Amino acid sequence: MDVMEILTWLIPAGPLLAFAVILLLTKQNRTLSFLIAWAGIITALVLSWIVSFSVFGDFLADLHEVEEHPVRVSSSIAWLPIGDYYGEPVGASFVEGMAEEAHGAEEESHGEEAEEDSHGAAEGEHGEKAVPDETKSGTWFRIGVSADPLTAVMLFMVPFAVFMIFVYSVGYHNYGNPRGKFLGIPNHGMEEPMFSRFFAMMSLFAGAMLILVVSDNLLTLFVGWEIMGFCSYSLIGFWYARKYDDPKKTPPREAAIKAFMTTRIADVVMLMGIVFFYRTFGTLNFETALSAESLQNAIQLSSFGAVGLGIMALMIFTGTVGKSAQFPFHVWLPDAMEGPTPVSAVIHAAAMVSAGIYLILRIFPLIAVALKAAPAFGWTIAFIGAFTALMSATIAVAQNDVKGVLAYSTISQLGFMVAAIGVGGYIAAAFHLITHAFFKALLFLCSGSVIHGMEHGAEHVHDHHSDPQDMRLMGGLAQKMPTTFWAFLIGGMALSGFPLVTAGFWSKDEIFAEAWYNWSNDANPIGLFVFAMLALAAFLTAFYTMRQLALTFAGKPRSPLAEHAHESNGFMTTPLVLLSFFAITAGWVGIPDNFLGTAKGSIFYNYFHHFVGATIYVPLEVLYNAEPEKLVLHEIFTLPWSWIPLTTSVVVALGGLGLGYLVYWRKPLEEGQPDPMIAFLTPALHNFLHNKWYWDELYRAVFVKPAVYFSEVVVYQWIDRGGIDGLLHLIARVFYTIGEWFRRAEIAVFNDAVDWLTFRFRDLGKEFRAFQTGKVQEYALASVLVAVIFTAFIYGASQGWFDGVLFFLAFGN
Amino acid sequence: MEAGFPFLSVITLSPIVAAVLILLLPKERGENARMLALGTMAIGLILSSYVYVFYLFNLPDPGTPWTDTLYFVEEFPWIESVGIGYILGVDGMSATLVLLTALVGVGGTLISWSIDDRPREFYAFFMLLVAGVQGVFVSVDGVLLFFFYELAVLPMYVMIVIWGWKERREYAAMKLTLYLLIGSFISIIGFLVLYFQLPSLGIEQTFDLRVWSEVQFPFDLQVTWFMPVFLGFIVLAGMFPFHNWSPDGHVAAPTAVSMIHAGVLMKLGAYAAMRVGIQLLPEGAVYWMPFLIILTTINVVYGALIAMRQRDMKYMIGYSSVSHMGLVAMGFATMTLNGFVGAGIQMVSHGIMTALFFTIVGIIYDRAHSRNMDELQGMMKPLPWAMVAFIISSLVSMGMPGLSGFIAEFPIFMGIWEGKSLNFGATPNTFLGLNPAAYYNVVALLSVLGIVFTAAYLLRALSSVFFGEYDEHAWHDMKPILPIDKVVMVLFCATMIAIGFFPSVIAPIVQAGMEPVVARVNDAIVATQDVTVVDTAQNAVAGFIRALGGS
Repeated sequence: MDVMEILTWLIPAGPLLAFAVILLLTKQNRTLSFLIAWAGIITALVLSWIVSFSVFGDFLADLHEVEEHPVRVSSSIAWLPIGDYYGEPVGASFVEGMAEEAHGAEEESHGEEAEEDSHGAAEGEHGEKAVPDETKSGTWFRIGVSADPLTAVMLFMVPFAVFMIFVYSVGYHNYGNPRGKFLGIPNHGMEEPMFSRFFAMMSLFAGAMLILVVSDNLLTLFVGWEIMGFCSYSLIGFWYARKYDDPKKTPPREAAIKAFMTTRIADVVMLMGIVFFYRTFGTLNFETALSAESLQNAIQLSSFGAVGLGIMALMIFTGTVGKSAQFPFHVWLPDAMEGPTPVSAVIHAAAMVSAGIYLILRIFPLIAVALKAAPAFGWTIAFIGAFTALMSATIAVAQNDVKGVLAYSTISQLGFMVAAIGVGGYIAAAFHLITHAFFKALLFLCSGSVIHGMEHGAEHVHDHHSDPQDMRLMGGLAQKMPTTFWAFLIGGMALSGFPLVTAGFWSKDEIFAEAWYNWSNDANPIGLFVFAMLALAAFLTAFYTMRQLALTFAGKPRSPLAEHAHESNGFMTTPLVLLSFFAITAGWVGIPDNFLGTAKGSIFYNYFHHFVGATIYVPLEVLYNAEPEKLVLHEIFTLPWSWIPLTTSVVVALGGLGLGYLVYWRKPLEEGQPDPMIAFLTPALHNFLHNKWYWDELYRAVFVKPAVYFSEVVVYQWIDRGGIDGLLHLIARVFYTIGEWFRRAEIAVFNDAVDWLTFRFRDLGKEFRAFQTGKVQEYALASVLVAVIFTAFIYGASQGWFDGVLFFLAFGN
Repeated sequence: MEAGFPFLSVITLSPIVAAVLILLLPKERGENARMLALGTMAIGLILSSYVYVFYLFNLPDPGTPWTDTLYFVEEFPWIESVGIGYILGVDGMSATLVLLTALVGVGGTLISWSIDDRPREFYAFFMLLVAGVQGVFVSVDGVLLFFFYELAVLPMYVMIVIWGWKERREYAAMKLTLYLLIGSFISIIGFLVLYFQLPSLGIEQTFDLRVWSEVQFPFDLQVTWFMPVFLGFIVLAGMFPFHNWSPDGHVAAPTAVSMIHAGVLMKLGAYAAMRVGIQLLPEGAVYWMPFLIILTTINVVYGALIAMRQRDMKYMIGYSSVSHMGLVAMGFATMTLNGFVGAGIQMVSHGIMTALFFTIVGIIYDRAHSRNMDELQGMMKPLPWAMVAFIISSLVSMGMPGLSGFIAEFPIFMGIWEGKSLNFGATPNTFLGLNPAAYYNVVALLSVLGIVFTAAYLLRALSSVFFGEYDEHAWHDMKPILPIDKVVMVLFCATMIAIGFFPSVIAPIVQAGMEPVVARVNDAIVATQDVTVVDTAQNAVAGFIRALGGS
């Protein structure tokens, strides 16, 4: 292994080690615990950036080399003997030959089999023991790490954002203040009692995300994916003892279950997709399976052709829908806000939701084939993305919770990325993923800072009933919390896509350009659909962002809480500043080559496009030029310049911001004044949006209740207790009854009859009792009498007096 | 391979010796019983670890006939006139299960450390139970196998009735014993029928399974007798619709017995069903498996659904066992190597996981005097170790990657997918003409529902029992967890994590054990296609009657 490989292996090790050390050794010592967590993530950050920049360096040195060989670092070990072998490297082809024989000679018709064979050596003659092939290491399932440009950009973003969140968390949990007394609920102004545990879980979370990013195969990706699912469960439910009086609010421990369960449902479909993937390609390694030849083989050999691959892609995509909170699995994410704010930041920005998008970027060649195979696949993905984007933007407009707005905005932005994938916008989606991670992490941390300030105010005025997250109670925080305000402003502008300056503008613009190109050039109606939906969503995004900024920061404080809020400590503000930097600059690496119609590459150079595009440049090129028909819609290329998407994105961003400014900033709300939105939307519609389109209620009625009813009444009461146990008890009863009858017969026949006989004998005995007088003289007399009679009888018999009688007695006549 | 030192005999018979010694102890020296028991179990664990490790490092080559994959063989003639011998030996699968039993045995002994009601008798019966279980795994002789099988069932009855949960113990013990005895009785009949068929195949009458494993019984005989033999054993693995005894038994049994029951005894059923059912009657297996997989699917989903509505933790885990053991049978029913290997690993994974679950419930019940999830709350505070252990075993249960459950479930699902592409010809020679190609994918999709439900009920249990507010007054007599309990929990958790991260410690050996069985099944798939039999139920009945008369 060369140095790079070792470094790549070690990337997830730091946080994972930190998790173990904190939990097992240093839980009592808070300072040491968070320092260890920091050390873990800093190690990961340094290693990641080394790997990331080395890949980027290769790209700067020679673009074509990177395009030809995008996987710059790759290393794997044998892990699970999943094929027909055991005992590495003894693995002989005999077993495979035997399995083949068992399957008969029909396998040609089953393409999935043949594909698997192709990576085995020549199998033996059917029925004969083949010679063990020493060179082949059996079909052990190999796991490993790899780094290609897509990995590199993720490695640039993830550890940095997570590290920022780690720094922030120290302040957020009031490090250094007196320790809080109550486990499992927020202790305002006091140090979190489960401080160490928090950092342990966060470290595990970060480690899992890094495993996911560096893994070179779907299985280890899935490992990281699921560990994250579990961490999110435990972190969302961090304040497990928290309760709300309001029955409509979900307490953390239910939110945690909801998040885990919802994503879990999607995950099992994804797992099936992974199994399907393995059966089709014979490997889960991305590079091997998703190479052009492998895909072409699979298309030719699969009984459903490219459509079969499309189904597989959709199954895996379902995992994304769950993890990235897309419709119809989006319901978990808003409730996941019950976790501490750093958790929200890490789940909804840097790690978990990004993982979903990362997955579909990873398997993009497969999706590209699916998009070409049938428009239905494209429609499915694009519809889910675009619909989610628009729907959650409308919900975000009517939220009053400062984190709630951001939650829906996250869902909405993830919808942008999914929709981009649906129109084949690989690079656009990746770009938006990265920029969004930065500015959304920033926004979450800002909102946490605001909440923290409000909680401080609540503590100051001893008000424990007002909700410190309610924007209606805020206002005027710009003066109280200047750093937070500026950071929030930068994040909000990036989210709205404020033209030219912010990161969000460039990435969103690229999505618009992709969608528009799809429509204008290919006359693909999906493109127009996505373009229109996203434009509307982007307009709403800008609007609700301005609304949020204005409600939070503009005007005068609308409650004593806001009155006494103050700026957060340095642990919290420093990450805000650093993330603000990236929220602006992260977009500048992706300015289109031909921006404003300049000659390609003359002024602007789209580093991001060429760098990330190199990841799948070759496979897509080969598939695009495949004979006799193209297997994908597009290869990786620079889109021709068009003013329409640019104008649209500028107009919607500025329009939304402007409208928001007019409604909320120019005349800030007064204390107690209702939101002008309610009057504008009519209370009914506002309620509909405020209650999130009633998805929760719908799901509860359609899925949860029937499932519970089914398990309780049908399965348990009817089948198990009624049917099976009933039958069992019936049989038991039948035998008992038979036994009962036997018992009665027993009593009647044997018992009573025998008793009767006994009693008769006893009665007889009573008759004879008279003889037992107890007088010796009488007994002697009786003896003499008997002796005389016997003597007489014997004498008589010897004389033959009784011959006739005796003969008759002995022999009958 | 012949062994110099009688490893397997010592592993199997030492608990019986210990049981006798324990009963000979004077009454006042009751606490010595547990030391003696622990010592015996420790010896068993050490020896079976050696057997396991030895096997792992000396795996037979692929394609070796089953006879030659048996290591540590001990062979003595016993009743030669009818062909019964004292033959012990382990293949990959049984070596794994022997180690599992030893592990759970140690755990069970430790967890019952504080038992004060007739400890001598308790440990004596416990030893007998372990001996019976170990005996089944190492027997290579049919009669010996049945002997140990019965030996394992009987102590269960006594232990449940005497030390069980007062409200239901008699009912549960009776239910359990009747189910299992009737099951094994049916199996024995089938087994004997086959035994008397041996001369007609030109083979000397013997109960030596090594001979049997090479025998090809006529197809219709296999078809007729596979179900009795297989079902009789698989009852013990909780196969739907014969699962009902299991949750009741779990609930009524004392903790250590629940551990052995769910942890090992249910595996006994699956193991014996595979060893005697599938391996000896592969063509019968091929005929019935496409049908049986439907039952296993019901098993998986149905068990999980019932577990979802339980409020009693032990019932929940009992039904969850039913659901998970369904996956084992499902692995067999895929008729592929991956499926079998997955089933084998699932046996181990589920064994440890469920043993751990019952440990935790036992710990909670001992302290809080309740198993009702509605009453328990906030147990995280007094019993943090129990919570961590519960989380880990929950994650195993729901197939979290990186833990042993995933290593088991993934190959099973792979197996189902592969089973779908097995070729049964145009008119499959299976029960009702079922063709796996038609519906195995549906089976896969339905059974993952079981995983979803698993997550649902376990998370709910976790959140209602361990999270929430802890009521100091209600549980004022709460005692902390004993160090000895911690040892058990750490032992089990470490095993599950080790398997999850390094599946190469278990997968190759299980695969080595399953490979000869699967080889026979694969041959049978090919062979059955040439057989022309009108497969109707009547035919089966006719065969049944003929076989009865013929024997």
